[in-house]
Amino acid sequence: MTRPDAELPAGNVDALIIGAGHTGLAISHCLTELSVDHVVLERGEVANSWCYERWDSLRLLTPNWQSRLPGFSYSGDDPDGFMSMAEVIDFIKKYAEVIEAPVRTKTTATSVRYEAGQYHVTTNKGEWLSNAVVIASGACNLPAVPAVGDNVPNGITAVTPQDYGNPKQLEPGGVLVVGASATGLQLADEIQSSGRPVTIAVGEHVRLPRIYRGLDIQWWMDKAGILDESLADIDDIVRARNLPSPQLVGSRDKQILDLNSLTALGVTLVGKLVSFRDSTAYFSGSLRNVCALADLKMGRLLDSIDEWAADAPECAELERPERFERTRVEDSPALSIDLEKNEIRTILWATGFRPDYSWLDIPVLDRKGRVRHDGGVVESPGLYVIGLPFLRRRKSSFIHGTEDDARDISEHLSKFLKTRNTA
Amino acid sequence: MSENPAVIDNGVNVEALLGAREALTEMPEAGQFQWRATCSWVNGTHSRSSVESFFGLGEEQKHRAEYTFDADHPACFASEDKGATPVEIVLVALASCLTAGVAAVAQNREIQLRSVKAILEAGMDIQGILGVDPDVRNGFDGIKVKYEIDADASKEDIEAIVAQSQKRSAVFDIVTNPTNVTVEVN
Repeated sequence: MTRPDAELPAGNVDALIIGAGHTGLAISHCLTELSVDHVVLERGEVANSWCYERWDSLRLLTPNWQSRLPGFSYSGDDPDGFMSMAEVIDFIKKYAEVIEAPVRTKTTATSVRYEAGQYHVTTNKGEWLSNAVVIASGACNLPAVPAVGDNVPNGITAVTPQDYGNPKQLEPGGVLVVGASATGLQLADEIQSSGRPVTIAVGEHVRLPRIYRGLDIQWWMDKAGILDESLADIDDIVRARNLPSPQLVGSRDKQILDLNSLTALGVTLVGKLVSFRDSTAYFSGSLRNVCALADLKMGRLLDSIDEWAADAPECAELERPERFERTRVEDSPALSIDLEKNEIRTILWATGFRPDYSWLDIPVLDRKGRVRHDGGVVESPGLYVIGLPFLRRRKSSFIHGTEDDARDISEHLSKFLKTRNTA
Repeated sequence: MSENPAVIDNGVNVEALLGAREALTEMPEAGQFQWRATCSWVNGTHSRSSVESFFGLGEEQKHRAEYTFDADHPACFASEDKGATPVEIVLVALASCLTAGVAAVAQNREIQLRSVKAILEAGMDIQGILGVDPDVRNGFDGIKVKYEIDADASKEDIEAIVAQSQKRSAVFDIVTNPTNVTVEVN
């Protein structure tokens, strides 16, 4: 079943997996268990995005004890720590070895077509035919820069988190960070600390404390069953799938990173960026409300955690419930800033990412360019997608959330092949 | 708690709104609306505006009746004060939009409202409109909205309804974000 990663010719296979990140490898392992003949195509090397498309200081938002994939889990001596990128890469590469995944590296799928009941996958190393395809190329291939980004004033350097490595790469002077998700807050924090004054434009965001009642928030979300919430538990799946990443950082000192910690460092909060005119950036007057929404929403989450904890014997000895200070917003936050006059030299788009489906020549995208799917099952027979936010469960976008999704999708795929082959 | 907790009625047909939302997900083009108003000068700073027709759900629509609004300026502006000041009409629009949202969100969250009152204040330095100081803007320097709400809900739940109403409000968006305005003369 296992193939050495040599220059084997392309060919026919029951299933092709596109992408050898953690989700593609997890699917590969599950398909191996189900004896489904398959190959994993990888444009670069195993864990490629983690190797080349992340900033230097990034650590996982989930603690090490939560780093597990089907048939593999963290075995180090720091279960409460957070993996650096080097550690994540090592973890995923080791996984690929342990499960003996049939990965073809440096093999880029340039076109996937569906013709006469088969998938034709063109790569830089020849043409593959398969009966099923799993898109495991990730949710964060391209930075999602909003339309306002077309009008960045002359003389201002625009940077995305994919170009960004560390603050030293930025020109001296001020930085406008656009977006208040985990990315925006983490980068605002380290850029401000590097001596470049940061202004952060804040739209809707998700506020979460790293530590609550002495324990990691991921422990609470896991134990209280919040991460296991499935499609059936959710009224508004579009909203759940589009939520920005929570304001968290995985750091050694278990730092609580929120807008209040940024303003304490001297960062300036402004509303959502809405437009540029000449050298001036304009911001929405809704800052107070987006902060109120996030504060109230965090309060409701902590209420539900406390409610669960009240009946959980393991919580009897924990610290008492606490509530966090509301987000401090100035009386009149700036509605416009002349970037030139205020010596802001750089704009950093922390406005999220989107998948790249430019190689997918099958009409399964909606009008916003997203793959239409039902829990990862795409309407084209035998086509699947994995690794998208809330694919089947709230935890779908986390490494540990991959296992349940990979098992469900592998089983569906395996049944599909059996039905197909007996038909 | 209300005497009959099973029936929450704020007079909002939430099912119809949710149905419309579902229908528009399938047919996004039906969501294209156009709102219209006509304004005629009467005399001095007094004008009369009316609204009646609009476009939406793929076809021409009409209000039940034509509605008219008189606008003028008060005596201290040397005007005859035959109607609300236009900036007050902006406050009225914001308040009524947010209040409609409060009722709808409360209905959707199954919270019975007993009374809802919004008090609005907006500061303005008229040196701007009079051209005394070019650094002073014409418009408001800020708007404060205070809600007094009596409902079967906790303080946090009421705050969440008000926050959600702002999030979904058209006039809140119009007031807090820039809008391109094109004025032509025929």
